[in-house]
Amino acid sequence: MEIVAIDQISPDQVILFAWGFVTINATIAYTWLIMGLLVIGSIVITGNLSSERTMSRWQNLLEVIVGTIRSEVGDIAKEGVDTYFPFIATLFLFILFSNLFTFIPGYVAPTSSLTTTSALAVVVFFAVPIYGISKNGILHYLKEYIQPTFIFFPFHVMGEFSRTLALAVRLFGNIMSHEKVIAILLAVTPLFFPVVMQALGLLIGLIQAYIFAILAMVYIASATQTHEETEHKPKKETEPVKI
Amino acid sequence: MDSVSIVAMASIITAGICMGIGAIGPALGQGRAVQGALSSIAQQPDERNSLTRTLFVGLAMIESIAIYCFVIAMILVFANPFWAYVIKKAGG
Repeated sequence: MEIVAIDQISPDQVILFAWGFVTINATIAYTWLIMGLLVIGSIVITGNLSSERTMSRWQNLLEVIVGTIRSEVGDIAKEGVDTYFPFIATLFLFILFSNLFTFIPGYVAPTSSLTTTSALAVVVFFAVPIYGISKNGILHYLKEYIQPTFIFFPFHVMGEFSRTLALAVRLFGNIMSHEKVIAILLAVTPLFFPVVMQALGLLIGLIQAYIFAILAMVYIASATQTHEETEHKPKKETEPVKI
Repeated sequence: MDSVSIVAMASIITAGICMGIGAIGPALGQGRAVQGALSSIAQQPDERNSLTRTLFVGLAMIESIAIYCFVIAMILVFANPFWAYVIKKAGG
């Protein structure tokens, strides 16, 4: 049961509901579904938290998820984890859930539309200078653009835009290509083999959500941490990946 | 041969060539990256977490090149702008 036809490249073209100038396509509908699920789930679970020895299994699940993301963010950010944690965790959870539900028939991942992924990438694009300026001040942030000499200014600017484009197209390409592969396999070898590919799709969705969140964190870390590294070189430690 | 079949043929052949050639470089690059990461993990198993994270980020960067090729191939096959133009010309 595929609601996106084989010759449609994006769920934006699937109109579920149109009334006057309001048109609801599949991307908007499923984005709001995921958002509602995440918000309502979080409110319900955090409604009765307990600090006793016994707790509900949902609280246990939430503690595992939040703790894991927090430690991953902390490994890269080194300091000020709580500043970046809500942003990165929101990105990760939204992409993760919208990717994982693809095994439900009739569901189309909102991340298989270029509009959703572009919006997420633009959010990261603006978050990097906001975090960098609020951490180091605007002069220090702008000084990074002319390091090591002023000739490198255009390359820094081009790098900002190209990595935003790469962020958007990577997520879109992976998820969209997977859906297309599933649709083609259903026509060629029905019944068994598409199920295996669906199971592989869960892994792809998880890895892409992880990569999107980690790359956003790495970009933010490279904008905020430049100050300390020039001051004192870390001695043979595992330093964050700089891209 | 009329222009419709020329555009269709060119699109399909170009999509195949784009995907085929575009997959060579990332495949070699990913092979080298995984090889380096595996030998590093074998030498220093304690650093596994940091190595794995860096490996995934690097693989994503390499893979994005193949993904660009794939997106262009998909556009050529499914959402070709020249195809719509030629069909409109031929029909009208």
